[in-house]
Amino acid sequence: MEDLEGELGAMREYHDGGNTRDASWRRAQLRGLLLLLLENQAEIFSALQQDLGKHPAEAYRDEIGSAVKSINYALHHLKGWMSNKKAKLPAVALLTTAAIIPEPLGLVLIISSWNFPIGLSIESLIGVISAGNSVVLKPSELAPTCSSFLARKMPLYLDTKAVRVIEGGPAIGEQLLLQRWDKIFFTGSTRVGRIVMTAAAKHLTPVTLELGGKCPAIVDTLSSSWDKKAAVERILGAKFSACAGQACIGIDYILVEQKFCSALVELMRVNLKTMFGENPKQSRSIARIVNRHHFQRLKSLLDDPKIRGSVVHGGFMDEDDLFIEPTILVDPPLESAIMEDEIFGPLLPIITLNKIEDSIRFLKSRPKPLSIYAFTKDESLQRRILSETSSGSVVFNDALIQVRS
Amino acid sequence: MGSEVVEKSGGKASFDVGAAAELVEGLRGAFAAGRTRSYHWRQSQLQGLLKMTEEHEQEIADSLRADLSKPEFESFVYEAAMLKNSCRLALKELKRWMVPEKAKTSVTTFPSSAEILSEPLGVVLIISAWNYPYYLSLDPVVGAIAAGNAVVLKPSEVAPATSSLLAKLVGEYLDATCIRVVEGAVPETSALLEQKWDKIFYTGNGRVGRIIMAAAAKHLTPVVLELGGKSPAVVDSDTDLKVSCRRIIVGKWGCNNGQACVSPDYIITTKDYAPKLVDAFKHELEKFYGKNPLGSKDLSRIVNSNHFSRLSKLLDDDKVSGKVVHGGQRDESELRIEPTILLDVPRDSLIMEEEIFGPLLPILTVTKIEESFDIINSGTKPLAAYLFTNDKKLKEKFVTCVMAGGMVVNDTTVHLAVPTVPFGGVGESGMGAYHGKFSFDAFSHKKAVVYRSFMGDAALRYPPYTSLKLRLMRALITGRLFTILGAIFGLSSD
Repeated sequence: MEDLEGELGAMREYHDGGNTRDASWRRAQLRGLLLLLLENQAEIFSALQQDLGKHPAEAYRDEIGSAVKSINYALHHLKGWMSNKKAKLPAVALLTTAAIIPEPLGLVLIISSWNFPIGLSIESLIGVISAGNSVVLKPSELAPTCSSFLARKMPLYLDTKAVRVIEGGPAIGEQLLLQRWDKIFFTGSTRVGRIVMTAAAKHLTPVTLELGGKCPAIVDTLSSSWDKKAAVERILGAKFSACAGQACIGIDYILVEQKFCSALVELMRVNLKTMFGENPKQSRSIARIVNRHHFQRLKSLLDDPKIRGSVVHGGFMDEDDLFIEPTILVDPPLESAIMEDEIFGPLLPIITLNKIEDSIRFLKSRPKPLSIYAFTKDESLQRRILSETSSGSVVFNDALIQVRS
Repeated sequence: MGSEVVEKSGGKASFDVGAAAELVEGLRGAFAAGRTRSYHWRQSQLQGLLKMTEEHEQEIADSLRADLSKPEFESFVYEAAMLKNSCRLALKELKRWMVPEKAKTSVTTFPSSAEILSEPLGVVLIISAWNYPYYLSLDPVVGAIAAGNAVVLKPSEVAPATSSLLAKLVGEYLDATCIRVVEGAVPETSALLEQKWDKIFYTGNGRVGRIIMAAAAKHLTPVVLELGGKSPAVVDSDTDLKVSCRRIIVGKWGCNNGQACVSPDYIITTKDYAPKLVDAFKHELEKFYGKNPLGSKDLSRIVNSNHFSRLSKLLDDDKVSGKVVHGGQRDESELRIEPTILLDVPRDSLIMEEEIFGPLLPILTVTKIEESFDIINSGTKPLAAYLFTNDKKLKEKFVTCVMAGGMVVNDTTVHLAVPTVPFGGVGESGMGAYHGKFSFDAFSHKKAVVYRSFMGDAALRYPPYTSLKLRLMRALITGRLFTILGAIFGLSSD
């Protein structure tokens, strides 16, 4: 961290010299990212296995494959994105034309998260580079193998005068936040999000904060067995097979009518066995908890006997392996930590309601989540959810899919 | 009551943090009950704003004269008319703006459909400026209402007559359960800033902008900051001199006597052309304001003694002595400074350090006109930048090389009146934008909605993960039929 200011000054000079403006430069960087992914898949799989215990199929689906798709999308649309958009003028404005011209902001800081350490870093880079900016990426130190991979490999595929990786933890993060950036893109917790925005305020730096919340899945009483099976598979997939529940848009908890609850739990048990086998610890299809600190945090969520008593499936934890098996709870107390804080792990509380419509009032009394999932064919319930609740996004009859659309 | 007026009895202000919290709670209740959501409510409030402006134009002009000695012409055109246009546009387009936008989906999520829904953010705070106190207070309110939010407006205390008029009129014409005015200064603003808002919209300067963003950060409240900067006007020798001069004069002294965020702050021209330009300015200024501009009714006064002292200091700076080529006269008792032009001021003089926000116009000279671009880019990004030229190549270079919130070629300030372009700053001049649909968007959350059916489920998404599933997934994501077939038949290289 010797001469951070000097390093950033040089990056700014390079950027101000117009070196990142041309479409050809941007395309070259995007292609560089593509090759970085395609030529190093084995190493990426190994890094994700090491940091998070992710199976290659999960790693491909959620990190490599999705990033490849996004890069191709950007390459395809770049020209259109870069073009000036004519603005309509009233007829009285003779001999006048107007246009909206996209221009790069300058030097951007990306602070990335640990749960999709390759995928989310690359997704952020795609937008920043497509817009013609220079960028410093600080990957999460909690996924150290992935961070080191990015630091080693990115210089081989991208223009190092404009795209840099700086590794480190909170101390480095603090130093970076003292500098002046033209934009900061942050993915992580609300606590750190506040710190980032407060630091940005000193320089009037605009920020994009991708945070989290408790994303609920409203599960209506479904009658068709086909629908029930699809819904349960999607719910379990979204909860347990994306980084073992450590995902900002993962399903945090479920809301269901009292009369449908036991049928739902039973279906979940059956499908969990199909997905993860009799002994989930042996299954290679479930990721691990990222570190001891988060393991302890999740363990303590189940500490209270009242919470323990609400566990209806699972509960097995192995600290040495940082493994927690898929666990389902029914009606833990609403004031417990597991129902107040974002869980970010493979524990799935189910809250029962008298009527499914009560879910709307339930959600309105809580902070706005990043996403709301609703498994229902009832159109009037769908409409009510859309108009009476507020969230980053809403998905009907599936989960996680909105980032793959 | 639609407004809370600060009662300073015994020196104690009555609008404190407790009062602010109560106010916000009440508005949240109204918002949660859905009062602001319907098209009908939004339409009625916008009509209320329009009616209010139409029926009180004279009173508005009177309060602006009290606060700023603003010429009636400017009050009618730049404040009342602009606000009315904004209301009319919103009323005309609101239905269309409220319609969800369909979004394309890809084969990976087939079958599905997606849309982007605009939903109100909730309860928003609008803090306004003193220079166009009517228009700049209510134009953001138009956007907030159109987007279906509940609103608290805090007008600037530096324009007290207009602040008081706004409190009265908003209370009379708009829905007091959802739209309120809070008058006051720093203590009242601080009390408001401690609350949790769903958005804060601020018009003013960078110093206070930082305070507002830091306060917003505690609640993760997004902000729009409409700030300022030194907006340059570059004048090329290949231009229509008379028209350019007139337009610069209107943008500078015709806009609240230079006290406007988008007024041309300073000029850059070539050494050779400068004398011609100065002569043209002198000539046109006399035609506009007569031989005694200090007494002209067509010029606003300086808003208060603080700003008068600030501007006087700029003129008294040693570094610019001898540089005044036109004007320079001041009248402290009337808070008036006549249109003043300075030539060849040093780049490190006080007048070139901060936004002038007054009737002083420095001219910088360069050898070649292109050098002006580097000068502009060496400072912080301004809210606006102007270029006067017939040279097509110069125009293109200006537009691509100079960074500013907005730009106009061959005129000044008119981009504010074009609702189809976003109005806002970049870097030190601000973040976010508004006008037209951009106002509606500024106060909306764009909610992504994806509809899936239960059909079309692919087991390859779910564990247990196998290498066949991995191959199929790769193929599906890259999307080529041949690859898909290859994966199914085990022909991939994986």
